[in-house]
Amino acid sequence: MGQITLQGVHKSFGPLNIIKDANLDIEDGSFVVFVGPSGCGKTTLLRLIAGLEDVTGGQILIDGNNVVNVPPAKRGLSMVFQSYALYPHMSVRGNIAFGLKMAGLPRAEIASKVEAAAATLNLTAYLDRKPRELSGGQRQRVAIGRAIVREPKAFLFDEPLSNLDAALRVQMRMEVTRLQKQLGTTAIYVTHDQVEAMTMADKIVVLNAGRIEQYGSPLDLYERPANLFVAGFIGSPKMNFISGEIAGRHGAATIGVRPEHLKIVKEGEGWPGTVSVAEHLGSDTFLYVDAGPIGTLTVRGIGELHLTAGDRVWLSPDQARLHLFDQQGGIVRR
Amino acid sequence: MARRVSARRVLVSTAAAWFFGFLIFLPILWMFLTSFKTELEAFATPPTFLFFHWTTENYATVQGRSDYLLHALNSIIVAGGSTIIAMIIAVPAAWSMAFAPTNRTKDVLLWMLSTKMMPPVGVLVPIYLIYQNLGMLDTRTGLVAILCLGNLPIVIWMLFTYFKEIPKDILEAARMDGATIGRELVYVLTPMAIPGIASTLLLNLILAWNEAFWTLNLSTSKAAPLTVFIASYSSPEGLFWAKLSAASTLAIAPILVLGWFSQRQLVRGLTFGAVK
Repeated sequence: MGQITLQGVHKSFGPLNIIKDANLDIEDGSFVVFVGPSGCGKTTLLRLIAGLEDVTGGQILIDGNNVVNVPPAKRGLSMVFQSYALYPHMSVRGNIAFGLKMAGLPRAEIASKVEAAAATLNLTAYLDRKPRELSGGQRQRVAIGRAIVREPKAFLFDEPLSNLDAALRVQMRMEVTRLQKQLGTTAIYVTHDQVEAMTMADKIVVLNAGRIEQYGSPLDLYERPANLFVAGFIGSPKMNFISGEIAGRHGAATIGVRPEHLKIVKEGEGWPGTVSVAEHLGSDTFLYVDAGPIGTLTVRGIGELHLTAGDRVWLSPDQARLHLFDQQGGIVRR
Repeated sequence: MARRVSARRVLVSTAAAWFFGFLIFLPILWMFLTSFKTELEAFATPPTFLFFHWTTENYATVQGRSDYLLHALNSIIVAGGSTIIAMIIAVPAAWSMAFAPTNRTKDVLLWMLSTKMMPPVGVLVPIYLIYQNLGMLDTRTGLVAILCLGNLPIVIWMLFTYFKEIPKDILEAARMDGATIGRELVYVLTPMAIPGIASTLLLNLILAWNEAFWTLNLSTSKAAPLTVFIASYSSPEGLFWAKLSAASTLAIAPILVLGWFSQRQLVRGLTFGAVK
């Protein structure tokens, strides 16, 4: 079991409030991603759950027990660090076995568990090597091996893939997701990369300035953002925001339209504009259109659009998929 | 492309390295040679280099006039004792400052360093009087205490910088893995810090062995280490170069041998962290 609940958790470092009243219910076996800009408190929140930082107030429940005063090791969680944090003087075997050794398991049991974890992660051939003799991806696997071997209630991942190159990151992303599904262990994963968040998560927690802005499934966040911040943070390229008269016509302070929901229409039918930059990716075309008083709009077209900088275009938003926001940035439900 | 170095350049660099190495070693070599000369030859101008009347009479005189073994034993006790005590105090101190710093940690470190900026002679009189009142003049305990306290700032600073190099994540990983503070120290931190601890220990040993100001001023005979033994050969009756050289050679021999065997460790320790 690995059900984690946060009730009114807050954390301050001196006068600085890093986490403000966080309430969260993480179901057993789910993969939850904390995402947000740097400095939003996502790593701090993870460290509070791990027990590496003490909460200033509130409760953290793991399977119904308040663990606020329980030391990290007794919480039954394991963590994968951004820097891998392998023990440099121990072999891969020693690294994976360390937690079990500290728990005082019999030697034979440790050996069989280490072998099993290594087999799962294709590390069997490297068991006697030192961390410095491994590549980045292999080190990351050892760090994951160290986490799974203890059969924790939940895994905590702190930006584990950010030190890997792009190709390896995509591969490890899939491996981590597959492993988590296979083990059925709750996982909390911190990242600033929204692609990782969207692809890996069952549910995403969007954090901003120490506050939980929204908690929901990836598509929920994409289709029904709760406020301007989430709308702008989730989705790439960013959602277009239009305020002023056009927004007023919809009875909102700001309207948001995603680049893929802007259509290029016939001359004279929509908002006129001039293409300032056109990015041709083959599969998609991204247009950055200078639309006069409306501002710069980003348009995503499927396939090749055969438009270049300087071309005149007319744009029309998909009315059904407009997002309306009030003065405070909250969503206006229609 | 790798930088190409011409054979001539290698030759010139090697020759230069040997030349400067020899230059630095020359005083020690000269002292060693002088210790085998007669007093007359030791003074001779122009000096003789290798072709002189080799004699071991200086060593015999030195041994006869003063008890080398007593002074050597004092040196071992004073240098070793002060180093061990300094390490016992410094390791936990550096540890706590590196891994559990407070707002004042930096100030404490700078304050400790600032004590080394004060010339020791500035506090000679008060310390001498304190030692006199406590009956600690010319005692090994007294010397161990003053050398230990004198070197403590440097020892703590060195250890602190080594410990700083150890990523905090690794300690946190150990905590997540269920290690208690004691086991974290034994299984994770100490093995990672051993090069730093070893080189600090060696350096402090050498510093304490060669320390002359306090040992000369606070001891005379009973507790006098080798530094006092050397100094006793520059006496009001005149300088006896050959005997002074013999005494010096005897005095530095143990630490020179230790330094030779530990040079790899020392160099590694002193450059630790500079190259990642």
